[in-house]
Amino acid sequence: MSFSDWVNISDPLANPNSPYGVTENIPYSVGSGLWEIIGGILAWIINMIVPGNRLSPWLISDAVTNALGLVLMVVVFFAVIFIVNLTMIWIERKVLGRIMDRRATRIGPLGYLQCLADGLKTFLKEHIMPDKADKKGYMWAVSIVIGSAVLIAGMIPLSPRWFLADYGTGLLIVFGIFAVSPFMILVAGWAQNNKYSLIGGMRAAAQMISYEIPMLLVFVSVVLMAGSLNINDIVQFQMDNTWFIIPQFIGFVVFMVAAVAEAERIPFDLPEAEAELVEGWQTEYGGMKWGLIMLSDYFRGYVACALGVIMFLGGWALPFMDELVIPEIVFLLKVILLFFIMVWARGTFGRIRTDQILNIGWKVLLPLAVLNLFIVVLLKMGGVF
Amino acid sequence: MMTSKMWVTMGPQHPFSHGLWTLKVKIDGEVITDAIPIIGYLHRGWEKECENRTYPQIIPMADRLCYSASMTWSHVYVMAVEEALGIEVPERAQYLRVVADEICRIQSHLMWLAAMGTDLGNLTVFLWSLREREMFLDLFVKLCGQRLTTNYPRIGGVRNDMPYLFERDCMRVVDLFEKRLWDIIALMDDSAIFLSRMQGVGRISRKEAANMGLTGPGMRGCGVNFDVRRDDPYEVYDLLDFEVPVHKDGDAYARYAVRIEEMFQSCEIIRQAMAQMPDGPVRIKVPRNVPAGSHFARIEDPRGEALMHLISDGTDKPYRLKVRSPIFVNVSGAKRMVLGTRMADVPAIMGTIDMCLGETDR
Amino acid sequence: MAGDDFYEAPTVEQVIQLIGDRFGGDVTVRGSKERRVFLSAGRERIYELCEYIHDVLNFEQASSLSGVDWETHMQMVYHLSNYYNGVMIEIEVDIPNDDLRVDSVTPIWEGANWHERETYELFGIVFDNHPQLERLLTPCDYEFFPFRKSYKLRRAE
Repeated sequence: MSFSDWVNISDPLANPNSPYGVTENIPYSVGSGLWEIIGGILAWIINMIVPGNRLSPWLISDAVTNALGLVLMVVVFFAVIFIVNLTMIWIERKVLGRIMDRRATRIGPLGYLQCLADGLKTFLKEHIMPDKADKKGYMWAVSIVIGSAVLIAGMIPLSPRWFLADYGTGLLIVFGIFAVSPFMILVAGWAQNNKYSLIGGMRAAAQMISYEIPMLLVFVSVVLMAGSLNINDIVQFQMDNTWFIIPQFIGFVVFMVAAVAEAERIPFDLPEAEAELVEGWQTEYGGMKWGLIMLSDYFRGYVACALGVIMFLGGWALPFMDELVIPEIVFLLKVILLFFIMVWARGTFGRIRTDQILNIGWKVLLPLAVLNLFIVVLLKMGGVF
Repeated sequence: MMTSKMWVTMGPQHPFSHGLWTLKVKIDGEVITDAIPIIGYLHRGWEKECENRTYPQIIPMADRLCYSASMTWSHVYVMAVEEALGIEVPERAQYLRVVADEICRIQSHLMWLAAMGTDLGNLTVFLWSLREREMFLDLFVKLCGQRLTTNYPRIGGVRNDMPYLFERDCMRVVDLFEKRLWDIIALMDDSAIFLSRMQGVGRISRKEAANMGLTGPGMRGCGVNFDVRRDDPYEVYDLLDFEVPVHKDGDAYARYAVRIEEMFQSCEIIRQAMAQMPDGPVRIKVPRNVPAGSHFARIEDPRGEALMHLISDGTDKPYRLKVRSPIFVNVSGAKRMVLGTRMADVPAIMGTIDMCLGETDR
Repeated sequence: MAGDDFYEAPTVEQVIQLIGDRFGGDVTVRGSKERRVFLSAGRERIYELCEYIHDVLNFEQASSLSGVDWETHMQMVYHLSNYYNGVMIEIEVDIPNDDLRVDSVTPIWEGANWHERETYELFGIVFDNHPQLERLLTPCDYEFFPFRKSYKLRRAE
């Protein structure tokens, strides 16, 4: 049998096992196509060695193509987010360099490869753990911090045709997992057996819990206005009516401030305030664990910006257009725009004090979020939306 | 709710300490209830070391007392020796010393401003301040051939006259700096976050400040209207017209504001000194041995009042040289400043002291 | 010093006059020049003298306290300054080698605290009534006083 008998790229939607049914999903198509090539070549080679075996047809059967295509799809999806995050780190460094009147990263073309160099460096570092640290807490807490950040990054669709799962409770689950890491940070801070990290962990918990509430109130008003928890429906509603930033500008501001706090970035980076707490709750983490923590910070920053785009800036839609034009790129550009504002804030502001941050959270953001909710309810009752 | 207090040892290697020293704080939640400053990590026996060196050999050692105010330290040393010798320095040398001192003051304050920026969590202030500081370090390179440890004053004058076109360079730098400093002020003062971090924290009353022996911008931030340059003039400061900024609040912001205004005044002093600079020699011959006696000189260091007490015994080596370092006294009041504030305020308060451990531990 | 007059910014002449009136022969004026007064005092009345200078003459700041080892005896030198007209007072106090004690002035000027601790650890002069007379710069298990003349540096044979 010839090569073309084994390797042939079929329509992934024709696969009876496809979990996406008739919906177009580019990562799935790419994943399943990739498997058809890889598996097909494997099957062809095996068949040349042992003609007529039963393994080769199995490798290109619909079920196996679907299963391994899903695995490859996740890899493709993650690779895209990962590259987006590296780009965000690069953008942050470049923009900060411009703000601070200095040269930023210079490795590779336009300094883009600095992230890779950093990754390699942290990867090669020795793994050091404090002797009296709580081993399980030390390892598991940080694993969950990193894992939850990556998980929610994977749950954000880039467009109606670029997603891992499309489910009714989309935003709720994202917010739920977003709120997991403060508790794990508290555990990590305690487990390191270090006073600085303990204080940092306490700060992280206090800060994130008090910023969770205005954030959820804003989330509720968005969901109320759109009438759905599904991310696709929310974006579709904004395309049909208007972007939520116009009726809910207060909500947008509250959400962005709370998002900066949730992502632990200046001016709200108290848990890792290096001036007084050395490195806060990350003090005793070194090597690649620390590198992954930093990366997960950027993942959380990406998720915060992506949620802002989905909830207020019309997701992947372009203004004044009913058609979708390369929606993934549009979406990512909007995310990077919001991220740029965060970087700008980092270059301009100092760090807020603990009592001040709680005051802002409870006395300013919470009333504003409630006000925003009232506006939404009034608009909804008045039949505007 | 049951609360327990815990001791946190901040230092000796800690981002806030700007040198090797420790501040042990006892915290209740985040509020500081007790504090112990610990110094001595950098004690080199500087004063004892001087007793085995000839007078000119000590000038470069005096530079090493503080990396960012080396000019004023060697200056106060040569002033003490000149006091003991009873000689009058040529007028041009006095003007040159004043110019060098004020350049040193500006670059030291800029170094402080940079550190203050990072203490408050912003790197932009740090890099902008260091960018401006480079201009003044370049002036030092032109004048003395060195950036930090300048080794410029000599007993009986200064090492060398101004280089060619130094006056023009100096004027250009000062003019440009006065414009650019407003950028940093805008970054700090227009931001509610910076203001809320500095206003009202680390408050010291005038009485406490006087009793603690606080000097320099820390003292003038508490409402004490005293400046050694104006009230106990040395060199040619009595011929120059400048203001002494005084703020009454006594908090970290007042100390910050005093330093910023001092930089503008220093620019003014440099301008006037350059305009009045007479011609003449810059150095006179001095005898090798210093007659026996006990003499002292004091000077307005960027950080406060620097005093050197020299006891000579007629040989070419000092019998005893005591250094009064402003930070040594200021930091002894650290406990009083941080008590009752929050842990996050410690960098903001200690930042406004402008720590320099070389002179503190000597 | 209730009942005494209060001078906000006494001049050099006033300082000499007032201290001479008050302490008579116990305090010697060694000399004076522009904005400087040089005094010598016995160690018995040093605390009283300093209190007078602080309370009445309004010298709010103890600039510097230094110990000197004259081998035959020790000496404390006080430099006191005020915040008004730049006048400084220098007081020399001799301390015999067999009884190295002097009254602490920390109760008057808190700023003298670390100067006295430093002098204690480097010269071995004990300050009575000091709130916390411990070693400050050198390790706390030092058993010698490095700034005394009897302590030779290695290079100075």
